[in-house]
Amino acid sequence: MATNERSFVETVWDFFCSLKLTLFLLISLALTSIIGTVLPQGQLPPEYVAQISPTKLQIYSKLGFFDMYHSWWFISLLYIFSLNLVSCSIKRLPHVFKFVSEPTLVLTESARNAYSLRREIAVSGPMEKCRESLAAFLGAEFSSPVVTEHNGELHLFSQKSAWSRLGVYVVHLSILVIFVGAIIGSLSGYKGFVSIVEGTSINTVEGRNGNQIPLGFEVLCEKFSVDFYATGAPKEFRSILTVLENGKPVPGYSQVKVIVNHPLTYKGITFYQSSYGQASEGSEHYITVTPRSGGTPEKIAVHEGAAVTLADGTMVKLLEATQEVREFAPGFSGPAARIEVTRKGATPQTFIIFKDFPEMNAQRGDALIFGYDGTNARMYTGLQVAKDPGVWVVWLGCTLMVVGLYIAFFMSHKRIWLVISKGHARIYGNASKNQAAFEMQFDAIAEKFQKLKI
Amino acid sequence: MTSSMFFNVATIAYLISMIVFFAFLAGRNKTIGFAGSLIAYAGLAVHTLAIGLRWKESYDMGVGHAPMSNLYESIVFFAWTIVLLFAYIDLKYKYRIIGAFVIPFALLGMAWAQLGMNTGIEPLVPALQSNWLLYHVITCFLGYAAFAVACGISIMYLIKAALEGNDSSAQAGGLMSMFPPLKVLDDLNYRAIMIGFPLLTLGIITGAAWANYAWGTYWSWDPKETWSLIVWFVYAAFLHARFTRGWVGKRAAWLSVIGFAATIFCYLGVNLFLSGLHSYGGSKM
Repeated sequence: MATNERSFVETVWDFFCSLKLTLFLLISLALTSIIGTVLPQGQLPPEYVAQISPTKLQIYSKLGFFDMYHSWWFISLLYIFSLNLVSCSIKRLPHVFKFVSEPTLVLTESARNAYSLRREIAVSGPMEKCRESLAAFLGAEFSSPVVTEHNGELHLFSQKSAWSRLGVYVVHLSILVIFVGAIIGSLSGYKGFVSIVEGTSINTVEGRNGNQIPLGFEVLCEKFSVDFYATGAPKEFRSILTVLENGKPVPGYSQVKVIVNHPLTYKGITFYQSSYGQASEGSEHYITVTPRSGGTPEKIAVHEGAAVTLADGTMVKLLEATQEVREFAPGFSGPAARIEVTRKGATPQTFIIFKDFPEMNAQRGDALIFGYDGTNARMYTGLQVAKDPGVWVVWLGCTLMVVGLYIAFFMSHKRIWLVISKGHARIYGNASKNQAAFEMQFDAIAEKFQKLKI
Repeated sequence: MTSSMFFNVATIAYLISMIVFFAFLAGRNKTIGFAGSLIAYAGLAVHTLAIGLRWKESYDMGVGHAPMSNLYESIVFFAWTIVLLFAYIDLKYKYRIIGAFVIPFALLGMAWAQLGMNTGIEPLVPALQSNWLLYHVITCFLGYAAFAVACGISIMYLIKAALEGNDSSAQAGGLMSMFPPLKVLDDLNYRAIMIGFPLLTLGIITGAAWANYAWGTYWSWDPKETWSLIVWFVYAAFLHARFTRGWVGKRAAWLSVIGFAATIFCYLGVNLFLSGLHSYGGSKM
């Protein structure tokens, strides 16, 4: 029974240590990850729900496909992946440490035959003198050797970058560090969104699932503005923000410019410029109506979606208004409004009036000429809000990973032995990786070695 | 525009280089092989000049930015990195026949960019106005290019392995004698991926750092991010598979080809077929 238990534990241990499991996990993670790039994630768009069959929808939801990167099975794969990483490292690290801390100081006959990099010279001087000059030679050409006497032979062992054998474990550790950072972030951080109308301030933001998160301070949007390139593409959206504590501006956090790629961080909470728009609620738009025949222009104020009746019975309805019309009406720019005008007893007419192109409406040829004078509406700025105390752990993990990869791929543990026997000395070399590059270094050293006169 | 003209010259140079390499493959004349490399290098020089000029032209237009801001510019840069890596491998390992399988990737990219895309210089949208753009794009594309080279080498491996398999004699004659030995191809494949993998890792990390700086999340499982991770998983599997027996040679070559297919999907497929945060890479076709 005891042996059975032991063998079961061993089987489980071997399973988690196996490289086959690693390959299976890497390929499974790669394949399953595709699902979430093809199916919509999170809140499903109604169009999608309308076109998919109910059975499919049900099966996919049951399997967690619509939030697959947080589904129990994907998270489980990541946990098994971590376990696999840890087990493999626990199993192999002691060997590597032993290799580094207890190097092969004495080269046995069989090991000598295994190394293809070797040279030999004849020596005539006494052993002690050979030892001195060859140790000095190795020290100057490669690194200072450890000398061991064994069976009447002298073994000079020297090595470089023994710790480079740890590179791959640094990479493995870095993945775990990144996971820890991600877990810290998900447990004690949050992501949110807030929109602030110019001239107003907020003290809470909306979390991902719609909850209100108090900030503990206030953020005031002093001003918001947008610049455009000549082509009409947006060049810069800019919020001027001030952080308030107890209603007073915080020194150093007053009138801060926040643009895309230049966020504002206060007390570990960061505000990122994300979107903008016009706060249309309750705002008025101004339209001037001028009779073509002359006479006094009539100025009206109207809310979006509302209608106003003029003195002659004409009804003017403001359908929509924008601060920048370029994307809707190519060739035009600036503020504009789309209105519906219904003359008494006539069918409704819909057209756009531009603030910066007042002459356009006259070309319509109608008896009434409409002009858009703008609005008292204010802009709002949309800000992504994030608090993530784990992010520095993630960056630490990333740094470790880059360093580890560099060590693992581009550095190698190089070893050189010099065995002095009666009458001759032999040199042997070995590298843990990139033997070809080491061969060149070894050849250069061996060439000097063969010119030695001892 | 002058840069556009130079890009055309580079494209033609790659076309000629490819034809010369094919002739090298058929004729096995060393001088022809040397000419193929020289023409590719000349193309690379003109290509480099053209990228520099385009960069300068954008400043002359008052919208100055590194020429890596849309699909056209990225394809042109990708082709450049492929030829650059070919030059590195040619000079370092002296197997220039690889050019016959790597230069076509660069040519394909350049021809598509020059013939099928809008080549105009556009101003940067706010999301791209950051120094991270340069670090992120350079690391990603150098990585992609290394994978392209590895894929070309793997295709050579698979062709040679298939032909030598049928021909039971130790060495297949004719074309195959030009190819480096299977062991060398396998090793070169591994070396190219050893260059590509750390670069892809850096590309993903710089992308995450930038995303965190611009949007406040270093990882949001956006399709582009996810696909870059899929590519990373495939090559991580490749690297680990080498430690177990039976995953060198043919299987490794296939894994490298699959890895490059995933890379191409990550680069182009995501922009063309899926929606996400990287939309600027797919527009202006």
